[in-house]
Amino acid sequence: MSFNHQQSAHCESGVMSSLLTHAGLPISEPMAFGLSSALAFAYLPLVKLSGMPLIAYRMPPKHIIKTLSKRLGVRLHTATFSQPKKGQEALDRALDQGRLVGLQSSVFWLPYFPAEMRFHFNAHNLLAYGRDEGEYLLSDPVFEEPVRCSAEALHKARFAKGALAAKGLLYWLDDVPLEHDWLALIRKSILSTARILDGMPLPWIGIRGIDHLANKINGLDLNAKKYNRLYLTHIVRMQEEIGTGGAGFRFMYASFLQEAGVLLADEQLQTAAKELTQIGDQWRQFALLCVKQSRGKDAGLGMQPIAQALHAIAQQERALFKGLALWAKQRQ
Amino acid sequence: MKLDDVPQDAETSSYAGHSKLLYAVDQQGRYQGAQSAGWDAENYATQQALAELELLEQEAWHGWRSGQLSPLPCLMYRYRMDELALAQVTGLWRWRLRRHFKPQVFARLSRVVLARYADAFGLPLEQLLAHQQGTVHEL
Repeated sequence: MSFNHQQSAHCESGVMSSLLTHAGLPISEPMAFGLSSALAFAYLPLVKLSGMPLIAYRMPPKHIIKTLSKRLGVRLHTATFSQPKKGQEALDRALDQGRLVGLQSSVFWLPYFPAEMRFHFNAHNLLAYGRDEGEYLLSDPVFEEPVRCSAEALHKARFAKGALAAKGLLYWLDDVPLEHDWLALIRKSILSTARILDGMPLPWIGIRGIDHLANKINGLDLNAKKYNRLYLTHIVRMQEEIGTGGAGFRFMYASFLQEAGVLLADEQLQTAAKELTQIGDQWRQFALLCVKQSRGKDAGLGMQPIAQALHAIAQQERALFKGLALWAKQRQ
Repeated sequence: MKLDDVPQDAETSSYAGHSKLLYAVDQQGRYQGAQSAGWDAENYATQQALAELELLEQEAWHGWRSGQLSPLPCLMYRYRMDELALAQVTGLWRWRLRRHFKPQVFARLSRVVLARYADAFGLPLEQLLAHQQGTVHEL
């Protein structure tokens, strides 16, 4: 199969970008991310990761695959398996038919990941495009080049148990329409993102969630140094480490706004892209503040400057997405 | 973020020589993908999480050496899990996990239950059986 690997910032948007491009509809990663309304923020105290609350800068796993397929009118074929053996057979069959196959897997059991990046995250996405001498030929979107993986290791990764278990999920796209009403798609997706960020009644979701996190940081007990260090660096990891394209997906979404602005020759979207880039820079500054505090360099200042930086971000994101929601409703 | 500001902190990087993709703007403000060799701040955050797991593993190892703990907690941290994650992966309740952390309970575990742990850690069952019989002194 002739297939061009393309490195991406995030696994799910990268996989969808590659699948659609391969099917003849070239779509960039930021476009796949934006059109599926994947940008978000959520502070979920009840979902624990190593004893820390889940802090998400995007919609939950599988959102991009499902939403983008639906909006583009693509037929998405998916299958999960109760018996691992059947899952392997189905993958082999699809590859033998010349399909490009999306797979959900654990990060921990993929041997080509650097040891320091291997954590138990079961909702990683990658593409399989062939087999060769008992190994699978994989296009893992976050890597620079295609990789190879033994059948045994891939098998273990696809069927790893635990939270968000993939159960061998594989998927491919059928019948990809090539003509689209881009204005309608962009309006719809931006409106949906504005609602998630600035229209949810829950205090943990969207921009209210950002303010909530700021209050949590402000309320940290300054004497609990070790907990604070782990808590603040946990936030930084969620924001930067887990393939986000920088600043918790804000740069990627700004890139989408810019591309949409060029496509529709729309000044307002391009201005919004600039503003979100500046907000993204502030997210990076916020990450630096968290790390400085953890390293004990700003220890005397306490948590207030960090919380204030976050409140400022929340305020600007609210203003930006109010403007974008208005644009989406009024643009003809 | 401008292209020039894309961090290239390769010396402290946790990417093991790999680069990852970020989105940044050029002089004219146009977005493009840019490879980053690593960022100090991010790497520091990753190292905190790893160091904490190593510390917990060390403590559990000493607990095992001194006969206060079964080998399971040490292996749990070594394979980057906590109680919640191990409970989810093995499908066992947390209170059962905690019982299995006691050496005397661990010694009586059935092959079926041990196999669940072996699978969770990606270890051969024989290795856990050997620990159960106390024939190995390494962990």
